[in-house]
Amino acid sequence: MSKIKELINKIKKIRLSKMQKLVALIALIALIVAFPYMVNDKYTIHVFILCAMYACLTLSLNLIIGWSGQFSLGHVCFYGMGAYVTTLLMMNFGMNFFLATLISIVFTSTFAMLLCLPTLKLRGDYLAVITLGFGEVFRLFLTNEVDLTKGPAGIPSIPDPVIFGYAIKGKQAYFYFIMILLVAFIAFMKKFNNSGFGMAMMTVNEDDIAATAIGLNTKKYKLLGFGIGGGMAALMGSFYAVYMGMISPTSFAYAESIKMVSMVVLGGMGSIPGSILGAFLLTALPELLRAFSEYRMVLYGALMVVMMIFRPEGMWSRASRLKNEYKIKAEK
Amino acid sequence: MNEILETKGATIRFGGLTAVDGVDLVQKKGEILSLIGPNGAGKTTLFNLLTGVYKCTSGNIFFDHKNITEMKAHERTKLGIARTFQNIRLIRSMTVLENVIIAHPDCNEEKFMDALFRPKKTKEIRRKVVEECEALLEIVGLCDMEDEMATSLPYGKQRLLEIARGLATKPMLLLLDEPGAGMNNFEKEELTTVIRHITDVMKITVLIIEHDMKFVMGISDRIIVLDHGQKIAEGLPEEIQKNSRVIEAYLGSGEFKDEEE
Repeated sequence: MSKIKELINKIKKIRLSKMQKLVALIALIALIVAFPYMVNDKYTIHVFILCAMYACLTLSLNLIIGWSGQFSLGHVCFYGMGAYVTTLLMMNFGMNFFLATLISIVFTSTFAMLLCLPTLKLRGDYLAVITLGFGEVFRLFLTNEVDLTKGPAGIPSIPDPVIFGYAIKGKQAYFYFIMILLVAFIAFMKKFNNSGFGMAMMTVNEDDIAATAIGLNTKKYKLLGFGIGGGMAALMGSFYAVYMGMISPTSFAYAESIKMVSMVVLGGMGSIPGSILGAFLLTALPELLRAFSEYRMVLYGALMVVMMIFRPEGMWSRASRLKNEYKIKAEK
Repeated sequence: MNEILETKGATIRFGGLTAVDGVDLVQKKGEILSLIGPNGAGKTTLFNLLTGVYKCTSGNIFFDHKNITEMKAHERTKLGIARTFQNIRLIRSMTVLENVIIAHPDCNEEKFMDALFRPKKTKEIRRKVVEECEALLEIVGLCDMEDEMATSLPYGKQRLLEIARGLATKPMLLLLDEPGAGMNNFEKEELTTVIRHITDVMKITVLIIEHDMKFVMGISDRIIVLDHGQKIAEGLPEEIQKNSRVIEAYLGSGEFKDEEE
């Protein structure tokens, strides 16, 4: 065992030179660009788009659960709010997708912080129940506010986003779009994780008394956790709306929140690779198991139970992150 | 004009229990002051009042001639009061070095926008932060363990790490809550050297809670004794050793032993 650990530590200490990094980056870009041509199957591409979308969503939820330490079961509220705000702005005011998305991110993240305000003193189960409530209230609002949201029928035929006169259309274009977003999300999270801000948030998460003793305002970090996570989810909601071309309240039911929480927990709280792994696995697995659709949920549940017994910290836990990254980054 | 810390009638009640009862305390700059007293005397509660974990029911607290009674805990830290905890509170998922870094003001006040868009400036600040924090680890003698996880350290070293973390906040006053608990005699000598370094070289005033009388008598300039939330004695170590009320508080009545374990 100790030898394996040593080996893992050695692998972790491998530092790529600038040249090697560049080559790896080019190879990765080439792979992403070539992928839709290699597969050339609309369904597979669709599954991959969903995987990447959920990876981004899981990252955004992981920021709230894993980094800021607030167990939120109402993530679908921010996701759905992003989708609806963007759609309504585009449909009613003919706004450009990107401008509408920007507005919806700001709106949602402000709203997320407002929702967080009364829950600042709650922890664990209590917070989970309250946030579950947010999600349901939001869904009921969408269903009943027929004048604004067209109610249960949903909003059909959402226009494609237009950038520099070119409309993003078709699976292939959306695949590239989501891949760019995913890379941006990962880069953002990596920066965040190694920044003083991210480390402060982790401290507040683990021990708020110790955090105040070293001069951290715990409320600020909890609020910002919800704000940033909510804003990121809103971006994904906007993507979902234009990709699907139609949205309805059923897309934002609480089962969706549960799904995202499972991805976070299975992947690993507070871990970037864990979030991506969890999202890809839990999105692709049900698709692969379509043939056994009757037993799908059983398998899903069994997987959860097994994981909780043998690896409660998730597939890729935070503990296996690179150590002293702050120092390494500072010295490079 | 020389006082750094002053309490006037500091009192806190939890329901019917008065944990700290009208304590007046004055600490001068550079002075090593010790708080002693039997279990449940209210020493840690007094610390919590000073650092803002609890708010006074009545009375006032002054730090550097400013009234900080109503100030929040994190604001007091920024003002210059740092502390360690009796039950160690280190961040488990972080390394030894990171545990110190997070307390450094330049780290936790780092603007996230700067980290995203001004990498050069950020890198310079971070390099300075790492350097300063490594210097602090050097003082407490942990610099060769900076890559270990904080919880993998032995108990005594974890206490030293807490001190380093407290120092990283750049305090004027450092409150140590039982820094010697769980340490052997050799480690306690090391601790004494560290505390002397903090007061003499770094010019930081230290307030200590401690149970080990030998340690307390050796290091303190002045001692305050609490019992049942009240101050029962105050004075030089030799005076306290002879004080009959102190002896009574510790032993009921009878002979005072030099070392209480």
